[in-house]
Amino acid sequence: MSMATTDRPAPGAAPFVPQAYRVDEVTRVLADTVTLTLAPLEGPRPDFRPGQFNMLWAFGVGEVAISISDGEAAGSFVHTVRAVGAVSRALAELEVGARLGLRGPFGRGWPLAEARGSDVVVIAGGLGLAPLRPAIQALLANRQDYGRLVILVGARSPEALLYRDDLAAWAQRPDVEVQVTVDHAGADWPGRVGVVPGLVEPAAFDADDCVALVCGPEVMMRFTVAALRRAGVPAERIQVSMERNMKCAIGWCGHCQFGPDFVCKDGPVMRYDTIADRFAIPEV
Amino acid sequence: MEPEAMPRPAALIDRQGLQALIDALADEGYRVLGPMRRDDAIVYDDLAGIDELPAGWTERQEAGRYRLERRDDAALFGYAVGPHSWKRFLHPPVETLWTAHRDEHGLTFRAPEPAEERFAFLGVRACELHAIAIQDRVFLDGPYVDAGYAARRREAFIVAVNCGEAGGTCFCVSMQTGPRAEAGFDLALTELLDAERHDFLVEVGSAAGAALLERLPHRPAGEADREAAATVVARTASRMGRRLETDGLKALLQDNPEHPRWDDVAERCLTCGNCTMACPTCFCTTVEDHSDLSGTSAERVRQWDSCFTLDFSYLHAGSVRQTPRGRYRQWMTHKLASWIDQFGTSGCVGCGRCITWCPVGIDITEEAAAIRATAPDWRDD
Ligand SMILES: Cc1cc2nc3c(=O)[nH]c(=O)nc-3n(C[C@H](O)[C@H](O)[C@H](O)COP(=O)(O)OP(=O)(O)OC[C@H]3O[C@@H](n4cnc5c(N)ncnc54)[C@H](O)[C@@H]3O)c2cc1C
Ligand code: SF4
Ligand code: SF4
Ligand code: FES
Repeated sequence: MSMATTDRPAPGAAPFVPQAYRVDEVTRVLADTVTLTLAPLEGPRPDFRPGQFNMLWAFGVGEVAISISDGEAAGSFVHTVRAVGAVSRALAELEVGARLGLRGPFGRGWPLAEARGSDVVVIAGGLGLAPLRPAIQALLANRQDYGRLVILVGARSPEALLYRDDLAAWAQRPDVEVQVTVDHAGADWPGRVGVVPGLVEPAAFDADDCVALVCGPEVMMRFTVAALRRAGVPAERIQVSMERNMKCAIGWCGHCQFGPDFVCKDGPVMRYDTIADRFAIPEV
Repeated sequence: MEPEAMPRPAALIDRQGLQALIDALADEGYRVLGPMRRDDAIVYDDLAGIDELPAGWTERQEAGRYRLERRDDAALFGYAVGPHSWKRFLHPPVETLWTAHRDEHGLTFRAPEPAEERFAFLGVRACELHAIAIQDRVFLDGPYVDAGYAARRREAFIVAVNCGEAGGTCFCVSMQTGPRAEAGFDLALTELLDAERHDFLVEVGSAAGAALLERLPHRPAGEADREAAATVVARTASRMGRRLETDGLKALLQDNPEHPRWDDVAERCLTCGNCTMACPTCFCTTVEDHSDLSGTSAERVRQWDSCFTLDFSYLHAGSVRQTPRGRYRQWMTHKLASWIDQFGTSGCVGCGRCITWCPVGIDITEEAAAIRATAPDWRDD
């Protein structure tokens, strides 16, 4: 994996101007979700850190923030896009060979170095697993640097479970605990039914010496953080990845403000104790 | 244009000297912009001569009200600030970010060359100098630099004017941003007008300002002239239309997101966004894409935006700030509190525009005072 050691890319002369990328691979991962492998038309793909995102531009439609979802693709960016509106739908409909614009990477990633020597609890809800997959890959690549590794994953239904092959492979490893739950399932689902925060209490990790990485819908993150706090995890050892509307990703458009923070440059990954004062206040 | 110790070099010019100033700037290739009366308001636009300045006009400003009135003298700068601010030139309301072209070979993006335009602003008030310095922090202090803004800013020649008249909604004294221009200008004028004279004391704020002054017919300024100018500014300072207690204000707002006053103001606010458009420091923008019918070229345009729209905080599950309460709270808390966390300065310079141009007369100073008066508790900064 080639990843930069700094949180931020060097300021470009024209940070608003995308680079041209080509779709090299399209994989339908869920009914409404595809994974795109994107290669730069010119030059090398920039380095990135797990947890960072790019701005993807669909020709003439618009530009949206999408997390980098794979840390093991040399020379290209991998993104998992759920079609929810005009731009994401246009991206999800791209075919191999299509061109698109890409700016990035942007934002603060998961602070994996700080977790060295501690247990790591990775908690994902729905598409929240996308920005966490590169983090899990990096943790596994340096497995000996960390204590226990616990991966807790939730989805609405079995059909909405992302990266099932990866989940299965991780679960195979003796040095990883993987727990999966879904909100609703038919009788044929052999697994657990329930919400992700419910997985926290029974999981085996050292609450006094762990780092928790959390990404998912805001409600899910609120309940998950509460469960972690109840388990005794200190607020400063919980990292959450926030989502806000983004029109620039470079601190100028103002849309991504979350109290004093700009999610695009002070986040998306934020240390919970620095946002605890406003995390539960509606409409901040 | 860095701050320097007083007194600055100063000179006197008369109205012919002021015309010579405009001519000299135009001669040096500047697009000279200044105040003029249009559509019953004083606005900033291209200025060819002193005849276009709003001689003998002032304005009456109150919450939700602005009306031009005749003065009983011929002051050229005898008004405070109108609906325009200089941000419309430095941070334009609409700006093309880039164009894209595609064909069978690929996809290319082109950013427009930074415009060659060199602005000279005539009549920049002290609060507006501070507003420009605040936007500098947004667009120049990184991690990214807005090249277009940087070019416009670098080239701009700024002629400040010390205020001789406080507007009814002004509170620069509270914000410590005026009424005297202290820094950030090339030249600063103070209008000296009485039965005997109509002169301008000119203070020099930069080498470029000094060089320009040399091209104008001017006389040395005496101690009496300096004192007369100081009197003008002191009188303005004593006549502020509004006041805002800033002591502990940041913590007061950040600690009271659930204060009932937010519900109260939300009942009045139309979420029209006028306040954000008129504000000289509000910098938020959105982007829009246009493409041609054949689908071979597209362009991306940046436009001023307002945190008062529902779209501003839109996520596919619904907007974060659904209610006027949440949006007004966001705006005011940003202006007066979180701005300090973000940029080391308040986002408000006390110009009063948001008060004057609010259709329902919502007054940021009054809202802050109401929260202070009834806040259950808040930490001391
Ligand atoms: C840091 C970050 C990482 C993200 N990572 C992913 C990812 O890996 N995969 C993925 O599918 N989605 C991701 N999203 C969400 C994705 O950006 C939105 O789904 C997308 O913007 C929706 O745009 P649309 O035009 O398709 O939908 P519409 O609903 O039509 O949206 C209209 C506009 O609103 C804004 N908007 C709407 N929803 C969001 C949102 N959730 N976040 C930010 N802006 C929004 C956009 O500006 C968009 O153009 C991420 C968002 C952020 C902020
Ligand atoms: S918030 Fe109001 S008074 Fe303050 S700078 Fe903006 S427009 Fe002027
Ligand atoms: S405060 Fe006034 S100007 Fe601002 S959005 Fe509300 S109604 Fe409009
Ligand atoms: S996305 Fe524009 S300021 Fe963060």
